[in-house]
Amino acid sequence: MNSLLCIWAVAVKDVRSELRVRYALNALLMFVVTSIAVLVIALGDSGLNPEIMSALFWIVILFSAMSGLSRIFVSEEERGTTLVLQLVASPSAVYFGKLIFNCGLTLVLSSAVSLLYVIAFPAFIIRSGAVFLCTVFLGSLGFASASTMIAAIIAKAQAKNTLYTVLAFPVIAPLLITVIHTTALSIQGGTWGETVPQFQIMIGYLCVVVGFSSIMFDFVWKD
Amino acid sequence: MNQVSITVSGITKSFNHRNIFRNISFLLSSSSSLAITGKNGAGKSTLSKIMAGLMSTTQGSVAYTLNNKTIDIEAFKHYIGFVSPYLNFYDEFTALENLQILSRIRATARESESRMKEVLSLAGLWERRDDFIDTFSSGMKQRLKYAFALLHNPEVLILDEPTSNMDDEGIEFVEHIVKLQKRQGVLIIATNKKNEAGLCDQEIHLE
Amino acid sequence: MNSIKWLSIILITFVIIAGIAVPMVPQPQSFFEFPDIPGLGNTARIIFFHVPVAWVSVLGFLVSLYYGLKYLRTKEYDDDIKSVSAAGLGMLFCLLATMTGSLWAKFTWGSFWNWDPRETSILILLLIYGAYFALRSALGSNEVRARLSAVYAILAGLTAPFFIFIMPRIIGGLHPGAKEDASGSTPITQLHMPLNMLFVFFSGLIGFTLLFIWLLNVRIRTLRMEHRLLMKDY
Repeated sequence: MNSLLCIWAVAVKDVRSELRVRYALNALLMFVVTSIAVLVIALGDSGLNPEIMSALFWIVILFSAMSGLSRIFVSEEERGTTLVLQLVASPSAVYFGKLIFNCGLTLVLSSAVSLLYVIAFPAFIIRSGAVFLCTVFLGSLGFASASTMIAAIIAKAQAKNTLYTVLAFPVIAPLLITVIHTTALSIQGGTWGETVPQFQIMIGYLCVVVGFSSIMFDFVWKD
Repeated sequence: MNQVSITVSGITKSFNHRNIFRNISFLLSSSSSLAITGKNGAGKSTLSKIMAGLMSTTQGSVAYTLNNKTIDIEAFKHYIGFVSPYLNFYDEFTALENLQILSRIRATARESESRMKEVLSLAGLWERRDDFIDTFSSGMKQRLKYAFALLHNPEVLILDEPTSNMDDEGIEFVEHIVKLQKRQGVLIIATNKKNEAGLCDQEIHLE
Repeated sequence: MNSIKWLSIILITFVIIAGIAVPMVPQPQSFFEFPDIPGLGNTARIIFFHVPVAWVSVLGFLVSLYYGLKYLRTKEYDDDIKSVSAAGLGMLFCLLATMTGSLWAKFTWGSFWNWDPRETSILILLLIYGAYFALRSALGSNEVRARLSAVYAILAGLTAPFFIFIMPRIIGGLHPGAKEDASGSTPITQLHMPLNMLFVFFSGLIGFTLLFIWLLNVRIRTLRMEHRLLMKDY
């Protein structure tokens, strides 16, 4: 019970900090609005096939998320507050607290992008709503989990931003391919039965990443 | 206060192909105090970080006991107060908010509002409790570090450069804290000032 | 180590000669003739080089994972040396596998790169290990670098068998052994090859593995010497 309170307290600290400073939120918002605006202007009313629409959808989410998700550890390192956090919290409390924050941030982001897409592109009609929502949910959690671990690893490195992208992309690529494919299916009206293998991959990915990170995080966090 | 002891056995720390110190051993228990002295770069801050559980050793180990039961560093952390030039607080929060948030994360010792008022007043910061940290002078930040270190009434107090950035009033404040701590708990001071080292009963000199 | 070095050179030379010189005929009569597999023809010879090199690269990545785990337990700098050396060789053999595969693809499917699932998965594996070395070069302190790259080596080592053995078999594609391949999933593990081809193949596998062991040994000794030269006792 105590550790759950610790974890929640870490997540709350990050939320309060973000609301005060708004670095990540602003960066994300700018990215989302700009990319969607560009897409609307470039594509106009032309009906695109589901695969391309799906790929564009996830690319906007992914790149917006990447611009904000590494902040969670990098800001602690840059402002020198890592030490004080190490003094008060156990490594797993820090990991799960920040994981919750990143998942929340990514879910907010993907909901915003989904909403904007539906408004901006009349051709973006989703036939299997439930499959789509499930994909967006699991995909967002998967991205957030992988990004959190990688952010922790690069926090002490030089050239953090490039290194973050270099490390994150190959690890996220399998998930990205799967969610793009599943979203395309949901646009075309795929049923639950057809998408079971994809959901297995998404859930498996989430379990492996969170499982691996929760064991290994101690080594990354403690000096 | 609980009875505690810290046993350091043969610790060596090296960093980037350089040995900082080798084979350090000592034992500290309640009502004892230790000064860590040495030139700049001798490893005083490193040793104090190791004892606070913030850094691992290259070789050797540190054992902690609470009321004669051995406990690991993750649990023992809550009985340690640490002051160091390397500590920084969150700029976007006020002094009081920093203490509240950090205390809530610490969870085993969620301190009451009256306790926070007590330590902040002791450190002379009660009037400035609602000011953001980035408006604090370095001396005030140092006082806040003391407030934070004492908040949970720690059995062990580790002070790295205790009076850095402090005015005369601040130095008196530190001496007062040191006297109290020596009586009931364990005190460790890492310093290169002779008068500060003299406040402790034992001394270890790092080359 | 000298004997390992020479044995590997002898075996690989043998494989090069046998793999290329032995003629391929439709109905092999003697031990010195290989069967002609319809559809593949002479390009099948690549199997003596391409497959062993790919397997040895996975070996390298798994060795890197093992020493990564060992480092996290012991904090011995020597284990970090072993981990990074194995990862480097794994990367080298992975590049060789990609290049030999690409060469084969040109002759069989017409172009050097087709985004076939197996080609894509090996590319992702190369990116993962490229990222490993990028991470190492971005970290200054020895201890931090060893610790963080050990964690990453474990993650990457877990994905390597997945990308090389599992993923290409569950997704359909052009490469032999993919899900929709009519000739069966694994020409090697099901030992569809005749005895003489198997002989050459396993010589190659052993030869390349010995090569890996020898190169690993040389690399580890070099890094150890470097470490000893840089260690100053104060």
